[in-house]
Amino acid sequence: MKYQLEVSNITKSYGDLKANDNVSLSIKDSSIHALLGENGAGKSTLVKIIYGSLTPDSGEMKWANNNYNPKSPFQARENGIAMVFQHFSLFESLTVEDNIILGLDGIGLNENFSEQIIKYSKQYGLDINPQQVVGDLSVGARQRVEIIRCLMQNPKLLIMDEPTSVLTPQEVADLFVTLKKLAADGCAILYISHKLEEVREICSEATILRGGKLVQSCIPQEHSQKELAEMMIGKKLTELARNNITVGENIFSIDNLSRKSDDIYGVNLEKIALKMSKGSIVGIAGVAGNGQDELMELLIGEISSPKTTLIFNGQDIGLLNSHERRQLSMFFVPEERLGHGAVPDMSLDENMLLSRPDSTEMTSHDVIDWKKVATHSKKVIDTFDVQTPSSRMLAKSLSGGNLQKFMVGRELIQNPELLIVAQPTWGVDAGSANNIHQALIELADKGSAILIISQDLDEILSLCEQIHVLSEGKLSDAVDMKSNGLEKISQLMVGGKV
Amino acid sequence: MNESLFISIIIGISIASVPLIFAAIGELLVERSGVLNLGVEGMMIVGALLGFVVMSHTQNPYLAVLAAMLGGMAIASIFAFLTQFLLTNQVATGLALTLFGLGFAAFAGRGYTEETIQLITAVPIPYLSDIPYLGPLLFSFNPLVYLAFFMVYLVWWFLFKTKQGLILRAIGDNHDAAHAIGHNVVRYRVMAILFGGAMAGIGGAFLSLVQVPIWGEGMTAGRGWIALGLVVFASWQPFRIIFGAILFGGITILQIHAQGLNINVSAQYLSMLPYLATIVILVSLRMRLKNKTNRTVPNCLGRIFHSTT
Repeated sequence: MKYQLEVSNITKSYGDLKANDNVSLSIKDSSIHALLGENGAGKSTLVKIIYGSLTPDSGEMKWANNNYNPKSPFQARENGIAMVFQHFSLFESLTVEDNIILGLDGIGLNENFSEQIIKYSKQYGLDINPQQVVGDLSVGARQRVEIIRCLMQNPKLLIMDEPTSVLTPQEVADLFVTLKKLAADGCAILYISHKLEEVREICSEATILRGGKLVQSCIPQEHSQKELAEMMIGKKLTELARNNITVGENIFSIDNLSRKSDDIYGVNLEKIALKMSKGSIVGIAGVAGNGQDELMELLIGEISSPKTTLIFNGQDIGLLNSHERRQLSMFFVPEERLGHGAVPDMSLDENMLLSRPDSTEMTSHDVIDWKKVATHSKKVIDTFDVQTPSSRMLAKSLSGGNLQKFMVGRELIQNPELLIVAQPTWGVDAGSANNIHQALIELADKGSAILIISQDLDEILSLCEQIHVLSEGKLSDAVDMKSNGLEKISQLMVGGKV
Repeated sequence: MNESLFISIIIGISIASVPLIFAAIGELLVERSGVLNLGVEGMMIVGALLGFVVMSHTQNPYLAVLAAMLGGMAIASIFAFLTQFLLTNQVATGLALTLFGLGFAAFAGRGYTEETIQLITAVPIPYLSDIPYLGPLLFSFNPLVYLAFFMVYLVWWFLFKTKQGLILRAIGDNHDAAHAIGHNVVRYRVMAILFGGAMAGIGGAFLSLVQVPIWGEGMTAGRGWIALGLVVFASWQPFRIIFGAILFGGITILQIHAQGLNINVSAQYLSMLPYLATIVILVSLRMRLKNKTNRTVPNCLGRIFHSTT
């Protein structure tokens, strides 16, 4: 048995926090090895150590049986280690070609370089145009750029940090084909994820971390998804179940809502119609880029809608801005966490206060009482298990999944009558996703209505009793789930009719 | 208009433009790396003083220009140290640098206000300068004028034709990503800031070594600020600096000649012209770009880079 990389007893601390505590892992040649763990389990720290961006406090590594102590990513790349980052390390104002050159050492600005890029892109079925500016590309295309950048280094080990969290199902399927091909060509892959079904599909081994410590190394196919999830979180998952589905009177309706997109890459919405009752959880399924962003902007009130198209509790709200809508007890969790959902350079406390329609309980005589704000933040942090040293941390300093938990929690504790949430568990690990789902169900049980816009079909199927599909800017009627519901949804998602 | 007046206007315009070209091309590189250094005026005035002092003691123009360059770099190195290592706010630090430079130069230059020096004179290029019309227009300048234009070309070549230039632009676009793939953000930025200082220093020295043979307190007269405006005007594209600087220099010279030709407009209005023109140009440029996403601004401009690893 030959190991490409052996990591033994790595420890790395930040102050009192041990991000990695005596972690070991071995990756075989040509294998796809999963690194599993919740947000904050130490996965990113470990791969940064392997990639040379962090130096461990203690422990040692071997690369192809030689001692390996990278001082910088350059050294890692020299040895044949490449990495696709979770938050892509791309430069938006530069072309694809320039971006790729930047990640390759010893390559100058060569006239024929774009031909080489195209060659690799064809070889691995990764469709990109070298002359396009990265800022214009979709998330999936950006990831293809990152992957090609790595592949052009002819790596022996490719590290992928949560590669599928931003991809559409089709893009995920394409990525897996590429990864399997790479592994067959002799490249080992370290695959970081918390999507267990994916891990069971493509990984031959898995190492599970929890709280910085190694829990277990195992073969993922020998365990059920639930077992793997429980190893990750260290406790039993709650079974999701609605206790109380009492469909009440109508609370929110969208009627004949159309919008022409002002972005050339945008999607035009056509005659969207939807009715929601109190106590119901309604899902809008669909592949990203089919009008979800455009619809969300209208629902939140970032862009106003024509009269009579949005009715909430009998009131026409189309022209109200999001603050006014919140005052009526409509709350929102937008998909884009930084920038739409939270102000990146403000603390969690400040973000807490900002989205409140009524902040009287956190102020005294219009002066902010930060202690009271912190109490509210603390409640969200504890209830939703947000990993952060304090509520004074900047929003941008939290990992994606952690910030998502905070933002969902922030809206949930206000007991909204209507909650509109896009991708509620985007980038969130299994245990926390379970918590968020549970909290959504409890809210609906109390009689609130919830509208979930999500790409994650499993999520929609497990939570929603009324499911619509958004495709190319058109919203389907509610799908009758009694016969062949899943099949109908799949057809609608790819633009078909039922 | 007679021929000699025309030629003297052209020469006047180029002389007025050159300090702006130097200062702006330096700042352009600095801003491309994501750093906003508002201390251009301060670095220019120190360059002007040091150039003048060394010239008056040694009568050696090479040493004088070299001293001006080093002076600009020395001031810039303070900025580099404060903003890149102590992570101070760039706007505040840059403003402080300007005030410090102006004050320091006024103080250190007290003994030189009465002196005059030998100006660095134009060096007509042999043969080429004898060509009728073209000779006096293109080949009869001061060497520093040619250097200014060459520096613009050099910066363009560096930014768009070399890997290091690409890395520098990448750092200005997204310093976190550049750091993640292993490029040394701070080193590139420090080098860029020093280059900016050297260029501002020469730009300043051009005033005291070529334009007038004297040293005067505050003789840069806001040119550092105009240079900063020019970088925006040029939308961070090197060759547009030349265009902007000539436009600006042209209006300055026009104003002088208008006064000379007894055009009956109050002198104060004429001296406002270049500054009004700057505002008008900046606004009209923005209007034109209104509906386009402007990718020319370096995304990280003015943002503090703090590596967490």
